[in-house]
Amino acid sequence: MAKTWKEWEKPVLELEELIEKLRVLIDAEADATKKKELHVRLEEFEKRRDNFIKVRYSRLGAWEKVLLARAEPRPYTLDYIANIFTDFTELDGDRRMGADHALVVGPAAMLDGRPVMIVGHQKGRDIQQRAYRNFAMCKPEGYRKAMRMFDMADRFGMPIITFIDTPAADPGVESEMRGISEAIAASMLKMFELTVPVVSVVIGEGGSGGAIGIGVANKVYMQEHAIYSVIPPEGCAAILWRDPTKGAEAAAALQLTAQSAMELELIDEILEEPFGGAHRDPVEAAVTVKETLVAALADLDKVPPKKLKEQRYDRYRKMGRFQTA
Amino acid sequence: MPAGRGKTAIGNFAQCKKCKKTLFSAEFLEALWICHHCGHHHRLSSEQRIACTFDEGSFVELDAELASEDPLQFPEYADKIQIATEKTGLNDGVISGRAKIDGMPVVAAIADFSFMGGSMGSVGGEKITRTLERGVDDRCPVVIFCASGGARMQEGLLSLMQMPKTTAAVQRCNENGIPYIAVFTDPTMAGVLASYASVADVILAEPKALVGFAGARVSKQAQVVKPPSDFQTAEFVARAGMLDKIVDRRELRGTLVALVKILGAHLRKGAKSG
Ligand SMILES: [Zn+2]
Repeated sequence: MAKTWKEWEKPVLELEELIEKLRVLIDAEADATKKKELHVRLEEFEKRRDNFIKVRYSRLGAWEKVLLARAEPRPYTLDYIANIFTDFTELDGDRRMGADHALVVGPAAMLDGRPVMIVGHQKGRDIQQRAYRNFAMCKPEGYRKAMRMFDMADRFGMPIITFIDTPAADPGVESEMRGISEAIAASMLKMFELTVPVVSVVIGEGGSGGAIGIGVANKVYMQEHAIYSVIPPEGCAAILWRDPTKGAEAAAALQLTAQSAMELELIDEILEEPFGGAHRDPVEAAVTVKETLVAALADLDKVPPKKLKEQRYDRYRKMGRFQTA
Repeated sequence: MPAGRGKTAIGNFAQCKKCKKTLFSAEFLEALWICHHCGHHHRLSSEQRIACTFDEGSFVELDAELASEDPLQFPEYADKIQIATEKTGLNDGVISGRAKIDGMPVVAAIADFSFMGGSMGSVGGEKITRTLERGVDDRCPVVIFCASGGARMQEGLLSLMQMPKTTAAVQRCNENGIPYIAVFTDPTMAGVLASYASVADVILAEPKALVGFAGARVSKQAQVVKPPSDFQTAEFVARAGMLDKIVDRRELRGTLVALVKILGAHLRKGAKSG
């Protein structure tokens, strides 16, 4: 069982590396016949790679989805912001205690100029960035900063778009001391008060309370290879079988994929990712997200403000499966 | 205060779970299951809690017919539910209904830790939501006793979604002027703490109750800052400003009576004039 995305995609990544090397060789080759020969080889390799991806991605298990959702090259919130919006100004601070860079927030414009408020978890790709972003694990300050944005958006009639991508809320002592539970609960409660449209997209990891803390929306979408879970699979395995290495079994049991969330009627739509995953073409991935957001906002524009709030209540009110016998 | 008609089949003697000292059953019961040696507040069943909180015989259970499904066909879940049901005689870890406290009507939910650790799945979430909505419909204060390890992982994302669902119902209470009082009992954790429990108008807690977001295992691994000795207890949470008052169980009914009387006064007036 692969433990990381890199391990799992190793054969493809190796092929891709070979293809890159061939391309360099072709560029450097002066002899036309040899160049042609190399081109034939290149096409062969590309075909092999595509077939490989096709086969592997056509039968992704829950655990492979976990690895993909956590993949480092996967587009993050700031990548989507760069590819979808203009005039984004990042705002900061909860005006109470501190700054939290696990969350990126601020106003921006859709491409048609329409103002929106963006709130999204942000991961880091290198060691420094990961530390700066606290692995996208929000502290109470993050949720309180989000609430500031929700209030502002509500006052100015701006739709809110949240991007979800966090392993969990920050579990540290300081977060407990400053009321991480209250912050998550208060943020959800605030989202139920809003009279503007709220749209949420799970772009990577939807990690339990950390995710739902900014995830109460009128419409919720999930990327094809994103996950949404009540508990990290490793944590679930540790509790169930006292063995955190059984993450794959736990992932399957938890049914944390977008496809399962759709079957359970907990999300509105699955957003198709580019061939071989969003990380192979972040720009194309953003196009799908953008089109979805435009359509969602057009839909929600038809709903009066008070109804938006009611619709959000009703959306969550019906979630749950039980017997009444 | 009524001594309680709860399950008291413990013979003539009982042993404190904390200090292990011997207690006389009759005295233990009279002290509402608080150890008179060390003050440890033993966990109560929902039945015991109802008995020592509400007016005798006033509690009317509702929603008792709700029972868990196994929507994910999660490993061993069906067995666990069956065992818990047989052990407790309950359908879920939350009991909901209407009651009176010092003659005043309240809507109440009581979590029972002995049913799968009081974990919140679809049924628990639904019962809490119905309780809060019932508060709005009845124009009546809501009292919820929390006792939970968190969301029930066996129902996956459905359990997580009980967090916004129950929180939404709190928001309904807020905008309708319905007072909602939460009591954190041992333990009040994770998904329950991070949803309807933490946004109550008034939060009370029993002494030394375990109250926290991250599970002890996760927490230990993740700590950069050394946790204080009382980390994730009601006392720690009170110091953090996250709850209003730690109340000895023997004073709890009295505190609730005072709060319901004052915070619910506007509702009772409305009922008389309307
Ligand atoms: Zn004792």
